[in-house]
Amino acid sequence: MDSASALAGAPVADLQKPICIAIHAMGGQGGGVLADWIVALAEDNGWVAQSTSVPGVAQRTGATIYYIEMLPARLGGNRGAPVLALTPVPGEVDVVIAAELMEAGRAIQRNFVTPENTTLIASSHRSYAVVEKIVPGNGIANAEQVLEAGRKAAKRFLYFDMAAEAERNNSVISAVLLGALAGAEVLPFDRGAFEATIRKGGVGVETSLRAFAGGYGRIRQPPPAADVAKPLPALPQNSGHTALDRLLDRVRQELPEPAHAMVFAGLRRVVDFQDVAYGGEYLDRLAAVATLDRAGRGFPLTVEAARQVAVAMCYDDVIRVADLKTRASRFDRVRGEVDAAPDQLVYMTEFMHPRIEEVCGTLPAALGRAIENTPWLFKALGRIVDRGRRVKTGTVGWFLVLYVLAGMQRFRRSTLRHGEETAHIAAWLDLVRTMAARNYDLAVEIVKCRRLVKGYSDTHARGLGKFDRVVAAAQCLADRPDAADWVRRLRDAALLDEEGKALDGALKTVASL
Amino acid sequence: MAERSFAREVRDLRLGAGQEFHGEGILAITKALLQCGVGYVAGYQGAPISHLMDVLADAQDILGELGVHFETSANEGAAAATLAASVPYPIRGAVTWKSTAGTNVASDALSNLASGGVTGGALIIIGEDYGEGSSIMQERSHAFAMKSQIWLLDPRPNLPSIVKAVEDGFELSEASNTPVMLEVRIRACHVHGSFVAKDNQKPAFPISEALASPRRNVDRIVLPPASFDHEQDKIKRRWPAAIDFIKQRRLNEIFADGEQDVGIIMQGGMYNSVIRALQLNGLADVYGESRVPLYVLNVTYPLVEDEITDFCRSKRSVLIVEEGQPEFLEQNIRSILHKAKLTTTIRGKDILPMAGEYTGGVVLDGVRRFIEDEAGHLLVGSEVAQRVAAMREIPEVKALAGVVPPRPPGFCTGCPERPIFSAMALVEKELGQHHISCDIGCHLFSVLPPFNLGATTMGYGLGQSSAAAFNVPGEKRAISMMGDGGFWHNGLASGIGNAVFNKADNVILVVDNHYAAATGGQDVLSSRASNPSRSTNNTIERAVRGVGVKWVKHIKRTYDVARMRDTLKEALTTLQKGPKLIVASSECMLNKQRREKPLFNRAVKDGKRMVREKFGVDEDVCTGDHACIRLSGCPSLSMKVSDDPLKEDPVAHVESSCVGCGNCGEVAEAVVLCPSFYRADVIYNPTKGDRFMARVRAGVIGYLQRRRAARRVVFA
Repeated sequence: MDSASALAGAPVADLQKPICIAIHAMGGQGGGVLADWIVALAEDNGWVAQSTSVPGVAQRTGATIYYIEMLPARLGGNRGAPVLALTPVPGEVDVVIAAELMEAGRAIQRNFVTPENTTLIASSHRSYAVVEKIVPGNGIANAEQVLEAGRKAAKRFLYFDMAAEAERNNSVISAVLLGALAGAEVLPFDRGAFEATIRKGGVGVETSLRAFAGGYGRIRQPPPAADVAKPLPALPQNSGHTALDRLLDRVRQELPEPAHAMVFAGLRRVVDFQDVAYGGEYLDRLAAVATLDRAGRGFPLTVEAARQVAVAMCYDDVIRVADLKTRASRFDRVRGEVDAAPDQLVYMTEFMHPRIEEVCGTLPAALGRAIENTPWLFKALGRIVDRGRRVKTGTVGWFLVLYVLAGMQRFRRSTLRHGEETAHIAAWLDLVRTMAARNYDLAVEIVKCRRLVKGYSDTHARGLGKFDRVVAAAQCLADRPDAADWVRRLRDAALLDEEGKALDGALKTVASL
Repeated sequence: MAERSFAREVRDLRLGAGQEFHGEGILAITKALLQCGVGYVAGYQGAPISHLMDVLADAQDILGELGVHFETSANEGAAAATLAASVPYPIRGAVTWKSTAGTNVASDALSNLASGGVTGGALIIIGEDYGEGSSIMQERSHAFAMKSQIWLLDPRPNLPSIVKAVEDGFELSEASNTPVMLEVRIRACHVHGSFVAKDNQKPAFPISEALASPRRNVDRIVLPPASFDHEQDKIKRRWPAAIDFIKQRRLNEIFADGEQDVGIIMQGGMYNSVIRALQLNGLADVYGESRVPLYVLNVTYPLVEDEITDFCRSKRSVLIVEEGQPEFLEQNIRSILHKAKLTTTIRGKDILPMAGEYTGGVVLDGVRRFIEDEAGHLLVGSEVAQRVAAMREIPEVKALAGVVPPRPPGFCTGCPERPIFSAMALVEKELGQHHISCDIGCHLFSVLPPFNLGATTMGYGLGQSSAAAFNVPGEKRAISMMGDGGFWHNGLASGIGNAVFNKADNVILVVDNHYAAATGGQDVLSSRASNPSRSTNNTIERAVRGVGVKWVKHIKRTYDVARMRDTLKEALTTLQKGPKLIVASSECMLNKQRREKPLFNRAVKDGKRMVREKFGVDEDVCTGDHACIRLSGCPSLSMKVSDDPLKEDPVAHVESSCVGCGNCGEVAEAVVLCPSFYRADVIYNPTKGDRFMARVRAGVIGYLQRRRAARRVVFA
């Protein structure tokens, strides 16, 4: 008798399998609370459940995982307790709950999600990781790729922004996730059983139930559509002000139609920054660029210039900051951000640290330059000026200081800073004009490089340095057909890290071409 | 006392015979200790055994009623030394810590303890911090058991088995006069399950009786010639006694023997994963009914040779499932079979990985390979393997490799240690890079982005000791870090005392967050809270002056980034010789919030005037360069995509989880970052005076705002 036939007589192994649930969360998100709820739910309904977790220091704000197995308790059997696993087996997880979108991605990467058997329930909100946030440019991971992988990898992929739902209910994301789990109908317990478990927990029952209901209802609707970039507001027919209407007319007459929306966004900012005449200067600059542009390509040069020239013209000087900080709309916005109730009072304290450089920049050009060129004076004044100042904008005294500073806007054109910024813009646009004839794509890229100039004080200086280096390299590359690609790569590299290490590397590569 | 309440867990310790205990593995062990009539418990907290310490610390009533002494040890060495009470007296004692980190520290005492042997049962509960979630070096505690002849239990990871292991452990220890280690892995410590409780027992021999009538036995003391006798006694008497006990009491378990001519030997802790692997291959059911013979080693040291040979004799081939390296069990079993001249094939680390955690997937792969190679006739199609293989090939899944960002642990929102490293980053920008020796504790997160500060970490409280070599005249000074936890663990003596003694010129930064925060917020000598059962408020500053440090600066608010930076600079540049010590104190935010949040909410409810501080970023002032984030890394300081089409990069944004610690503003101010940060003080229940002032201010400010807005010519 061979082994196979010996087996034929043996008792058939019980094919019953537990339901396996993995919760992927970040430390501090309440994953443990959710796991406890699910275990209590199972036990209250006559099931056997086991959960495990790996808390400890490793959990402080980092990615962590909770794992639960459950199956119905045997009635009248004498076979004792089931043997439940302490770690998930890839390919054998029935439900994956992710408390954040990238954690859903991590669960997929770890093969806990399979198309045959896994329901993936995820909050689609993002809580950015440190490596995403420290990038000087845009380091945000591509959410759409995770959503795409989820659609391919899971049997069912259910998601929406549960952090927003939790906030709406003044509750925590774990309650919304539990609601979503109930709504997904993957566990053999009805809504009432879930709610009974929350009630039995006894902590923050009402808010948790509201958040639970939110999760339950929303998960049963189709997932939200992908985020599409908000369309720019169109160029209005008129503004209700004759001076502004003249500017709008100029846009229509002098600039190509595909650029109008971006031009309007820029124009609005520029006029807001200074005055109507400054808007006119903006259009002068754009009109000059537009003459070099190519209709067949959709006028990318003008569109990009509309954005970058506006940002460059609206440099952040003391006057601008004081203006933005004192506006009524800003007072309202802060109240909204801190979620203040109508009967509560809100006072702002600004953290300002003007240096002597900023002070000189705000003085009439000749005076400012004179101080800058007199080292002892520059230093002496610096000692007086250069310190952190906590400005209580909501008090009359401090408000008046900022109000007066903002009022210096009328003298802005004569300041040292204005002269410097204007010269920088002129040199940059000159280069763009020269390049446009020689290598059109390169000119577009040079326009885009203005994005590197941002921030205040040291950060601003570093940004300017990067801009100068990229633009210098661009000029050396001008005759190469792939120059635009190279400059794009250089710009991306410059936005990767603060010190410009990636840019150094990229420049070396370029130098070796 | 930790700012977290363990009232419910303490209640469970009172369960009596027949009642069902529901909870974590480590708490089941805590309850089991009391059921076994333990006389004293000592230990040093750390994941995964912190809850044992926390719950007992909160259970002074019960301990008092039973006459059990609970000792919060200074470190694991001190905890192990506590077991000395079980050497001459028939008192059961238990100690606990995180392993192998803690066992390293405890080794000195453990070796002495094991040499002389014990009279009362001595149980060492080892939280094996290995695999996912571990925060320490990946090693095995097994080697400690082998070198000192301490018996090692590794029970099946369910609550009844773990509780039984505690009972067996005490008896085995007493039967063989040898301390016993009970190894419990992270997940087993945190597994939620149940067992049927027994009544708690008072210690049979109370500690007070030992004090009243002291005993001594010079033969148990490690001093020649007794120490030579100890070694002989271990081998000739204690070992056989242990083997007899293990066999008689059937501590190891055999399942389904005779079913096949192949079998599996495993550590008890691997049992559940092996059953699941067999189940997924159609060879077991979820109740553990296996078709493959299993030999489960609930005692992994020493091995019982007869049991091994008996199990293997009838098998062509045996798989050993042994987590961790080196493969002590496999080597031992091969040697046993060789001596017995058995030809059974041994499979193990050849088809299972030598290193790394044996997760469900790993064990499944290994067991599958074993069946394929050694018992092909048992093989049925496995969907799992195909499923996972197919899944790995999905292009969208493959593409995630470059998308999903790593998310290591980091400083919590509002952590008082963050500004210390912000300041240190600023100092480095000015004075250049320095050699920085780190320590164990939350502050070690400084080595990760965004700070990237710190070169080495050599052990708890060893921050300064690991900078000891850098005591030569040079351009720059070395900096060493130490937390208050590490400071009291051993750093005061080994690091700071000796820095004074050796006239070190280093800068020592002691991070004082008022707790052993990384292990769960336990009190230490310098904690500020008043604790009825412990002496607190013994300051670090007094301690270091006491051991002779002359240059001491105490920063009482770490969030003062500018002051922190200037003090560090001064320490690095002062001409004074000797160690320069900075104590940087601010309370752990996690614990502070646990304490203060409920108080705040209650005060608001009671109608009291309260001020909540929260930070924010003016979106239109922020240029999206993220310089502030690079000096912070706070989870609340995040980003959002701007609605402004002119802003291409995401702008900084403060999330509602902000606790208003002030770091953002301080950094912005100290570094001249940008003026976009603001602090909003939200006044709850404003007084009449508040409201009057608010009306006056709103009147003046509102008038000016309307005046300017009316003059502005802008697009709507």
